[in-house]
Amino acid sequence: MKRLAALILTAALALSVMTGCAQKTSGAVATDGSTSMEKVIGALGEAFEAHDSSVTFTYNPTGSGSGIQAVLEGRCDIGLSSRHLKAEESAQGLTGTVLAYDGIAVIVGPDNPVSDLDVDTIAKIFTGEIANWKDVGGHDAEIVLIGREAGSGTRNGFESITGTEGSCQYRQELTSTGDVITAVSQNPDAIGYASLASVKDTVRAVTVGGVAPSEDTVKDGSYAIQRPFILVTKADAPLSEAAQKFFDFVTSPDAAELISNAGAVAAG
Amino acid sequence: MGHKRRLAENAVHGIFLMLGLVTVGCVLLITVYLVASGIPAIRQIGLVPFLLGDTWGSTAAQPSYGILPFILTSIYGTAGAILLGVPVGSFAAVYLAKLAPAQVRSVVEAAVSLLAGIPSVVYGLVGMLVLVPGIRTLFHVPDGASLLAAIIVLAIMILPSIIKVSITALEAVPKEYEDASLALGATPIETYFRVSVPAARSGIAAAVVLGVGRAIGEAMAVMMVSGNAANMPSLFESVRFLTTAVSSEMAYSSGLQRQALFSIALVLFLFIMLIDAALALFLKGRKEGR
Repeated sequence: MKRLAALILTAALALSVMTGCAQKTSGAVATDGSTSMEKVIGALGEAFEAHDSSVTFTYNPTGSGSGIQAVLEGRCDIGLSSRHLKAEESAQGLTGTVLAYDGIAVIVGPDNPVSDLDVDTIAKIFTGEIANWKDVGGHDAEIVLIGREAGSGTRNGFESITGTEGSCQYRQELTSTGDVITAVSQNPDAIGYASLASVKDTVRAVTVGGVAPSEDTVKDGSYAIQRPFILVTKADAPLSEAAQKFFDFVTSPDAAELISNAGAVAAG
Repeated sequence: MGHKRRLAENAVHGIFLMLGLVTVGCVLLITVYLVASGIPAIRQIGLVPFLLGDTWGSTAAQPSYGILPFILTSIYGTAGAILLGVPVGSFAAVYLAKLAPAQVRSVVEAAVSLLAGIPSVVYGLVGMLVLVPGIRTLFHVPDGASLLAAIIVLAIMILPSIIKVSITALEAVPKEYEDASLALGATPIETYFRVSVPAARSGIAAAVVLGVGRAIGEAMAVMMVSGNAANMPSLFESVRFLTTAVSSEMAYSSGLQRQALFSIALVLFLFIMLIDAALALFLKGRKEGR
């Protein structure tokens, strides 16, 4: 009898994980897509629900591709993508609205003489092709690569922008931005990455191709290691009332602070 | 009157029984859940490639799920911590139980209790800020986050349980044994190491097993100092333990990756059950031995 009860509880637990944005009632906003946008959209959704308690907000972290597909098939109101829409996706009647930009700073210890790297060199460093700081104008010391754990949005963003997916030779894989910054600050030969908003004085962000990372350079596109966070909607069909309210809320200037608190640069 | 009392007695008995069963229920629930969610991935990957595969790349284009590096790292790390922690801990226990003046003993015991109460994230943080850079400069390696750093942190973390259980075991040795040894002309030190320690050995062994259990299950502190790259274990390499393999990827995992993490947890669970069985055996041996 106890065993049966345990089994039922287990099944209930397992099922609760799998429910997505399948149901679509009025007064609900369903979003689906990029796992990298979890923090930003989560913060916005929470604030929106607090603002208007009659509307429930759901977010299904599936990935940019499946989020776009979900909008197309009408399985959710707003799709979330951490890349620009492809031409064939736009041709199917989708529009993308840039919600925010995700800028990723490449950080080194404060005493590291290297201050500028380009995207190619950064890719070569992280794949292990360049293994010594002297090859990029630094001391004769082995480069120590510090990154995030598999599945992290920052890692995924960094690797997809630099084209190093799955081939980074990390010495350390840490589970939070704070840990990465601490580890880099403790080792003068280390290099790592962190979302722009969380870079602190204990480490230094290198300029990429001569451009220093900042909100402005991320916004105007001159800083290379960045990607857009996009809201995907259908161009011809209007949003539900609740979804339109949510859309207006997150693109309003009021949301900018929430977005930057979540580590991204607001587009507005 | 007597009937009423018996009724109250039975009610209290029932309440206690229920409370006891809560624990049993929790264990049962966790076990069933772990087995149910750990088996599918092992089925899909295959038991041998899962346990003996030497590459872990859960988010690669061609994912591979071999956890041999984690298993070996957990075994090496625990063995290393025991190697460092047991001599220090058991000698400290002999000193505290037999040699130390009462005042010294009360101060040291308070310190040991405090050491047991420090949260593991604090061990990790201190390790990250002091130990990791220290290993880097001391051994001239590119980065200090390594198996060695994890071993040192674990060794310190298991000290309190080893010391406390060993003290209890040493104090349980009948005074007559020691008196007899002293009366035969042995010095106090000879007595402690030839008589007291052997007489308390099953208790000290239990302390060691307890330490093993603590070391193999620790995640947080280890995660912060060991680097977490899925390498085969080597003293100065960045390594990933069974515990950290689960906790570091769980947050964003999905699909087979998540299931495989549950399978790792299942393997860890089996290890800990083995250790618990060993502990029970030692404790039983102690009861029957004397």
